[in-house]
Amino acid sequence: MGEVLERPATAGTVLPILDIRHVDKRFAFGAETITALSDATLRIDKGEFVCLIGPSGCGKSTLLRMVAGFETVSAGALLMWGKPVSGPGPDRGMVFQDYGLFPWLTVSQNIAFGPIARGRPKAEAAATARRFVEMVGLTRFADAYPHQLSGGMKQRVAIARVLANDAEVVLMDEPFGALDAMTRERLQEELLEIWARAKLSIIFVTHAIEEAIILADRVVVMSPGPGRIIADERIALPRPRDPTGVEFNALRRHLSGLLGSHH
Amino acid sequence: MTALAVRAAASRQALLAVAAPVLGLLAWHVTTSGPGYHLIPPPADVAVQWWDLAFGGVWDDLYSATLFTHAMASLGRVYGGFALAALVALPMGMLIGRIAVVRDLLDPSLQILRPIPVTAWLPLAMIVFGIGPRSAFFLVFLGAFYPILLNTVFGVRSVEGRLFEAAAMLGVGRQAVFWKVVLPASLPSIFTGLRLGLGFAWVVIVVGEMTGVQTGLGAIIMEARQLSRTEIVISGMVTIGVLGFLSDRMVQLLGQRLLRWSPQHG
Repeated sequence: MGEVLERPATAGTVLPILDIRHVDKRFAFGAETITALSDATLRIDKGEFVCLIGPSGCGKSTLLRMVAGFETVSAGALLMWGKPVSGPGPDRGMVFQDYGLFPWLTVSQNIAFGPIARGRPKAEAAATARRFVEMVGLTRFADAYPHQLSGGMKQRVAIARVLANDAEVVLMDEPFGALDAMTRERLQEELLEIWARAKLSIIFVTHAIEEAIILADRVVVMSPGPGRIIADERIALPRPRDPTGVEFNALRRHLSGLLGSHH
Repeated sequence: MTALAVRAAASRQALLAVAAPVLGLLAWHVTTSGPGYHLIPPPADVAVQWWDLAFGGVWDDLYSATLFTHAMASLGRVYGGFALAALVALPMGMLIGRIAVVRDLLDPSLQILRPIPVTAWLPLAMIVFGIGPRSAFFLVFLGAFYPILLNTVFGVRSVEGRLFEAAAMLGVGRQAVFWKVVLPASLPSIFTGLRLGLGFAWVVIVVGEMTGVQTGLGAIIMEARQLSRTEIVISGMVTIGVLGFLSDRMVQLLGQRLLRWSPQHG
């Protein structure tokens, strides 16, 4: 650190929560090098809900995993509150598509896991867990084990787990991709409610255009070969958004045009 | 299902479980009770012998009322050898599973040692440990060791990668990850290893007690064979069967309590 970082001219005086600057990601595949992400630049302000969409191979999950700290940056800079991200940490909570719950812990123990790992007293962690179990509507299942839960319930636990751990940024990798349509819709609503209440910043990876328009303040469109950002669209529609509305459909057409033209 | 139907199903299951041994006993009785057949004693004779072996009062010979002593000697060796095997195999398995250097160092040798049957170690054990209970103890240890080791290595190595990511993003440090993730995640496999190991310990005990020890179920089985006291041989076998079954049930119940979270165990 210590280097003076250039500040884009368009930026205000407020420090963005996440500042991704000209980030590349290359993987070595034997003798070959594959560029998964090329020159990605993205600023996310505190409280923003950003969706990353694009076909597979566009680098959206790679970008998310770099923000999470699971992957290193090959070139460029990835800053949170101005400081380089150097590994996974509780300030950036990740919600996986396959949940990643600890099967040997109950719902409340899964939620208390983070606070206890960070050295909070047991009683305090238990109280926190109770609060978040209630928040995601799983009080009746507080002592159930993950294998006894439905997919939607597991994903609620996964969300509660990162919130209970004071995550400022919530990273979601196609979190509702494995759920049925009804459950997905309900979880989208609940997520928006939690996001508004907890003043979270969310990066949400999806390949469903409609899901992105329902949720996001901004939809970042990516394209493959090599993965890169091709558009960053602000969604100004008031919430809750009506997927059958005219403006909604205009946006849908616009975004699918962007995606289609780069195939 | 109604309570009545549940009870009917349960009694049906119990009936079926008892049916095979009853039929077996019957077949045993029919084929051995006739005059002129003396190689295998009929079940009633074995039952009388078992009673005398356990409580005395029938034959009042050298073997009367000695079963408890022999059973305790065997139990001590089985659980002692098993405990020692667990004590060595559990940490060793965790190190092999988690640390590449240890794996590269030990795994090839273990792969070569593993196919050698426990019985093949018998002469060597007698040379090293002498004729006596120490050889038996060693063989039990060896029999229990590999299943515990292999299942521990497997359990530790097959922890889902996602769980490491989940723990890291929740703030678990590098040192804590073993206790918080690896150990609990591999418990089902470790548990399977312990159960198999204890089973093998019971299998090996008879071989182990052939090495000239004075007491133990294996010892009286071998001794009675030389004296052509086949009722005692079978009584010893039945006792080993029952003790092995009970000890497996105990471990299984313990597992069901500890692994309630696992769909395969709970």
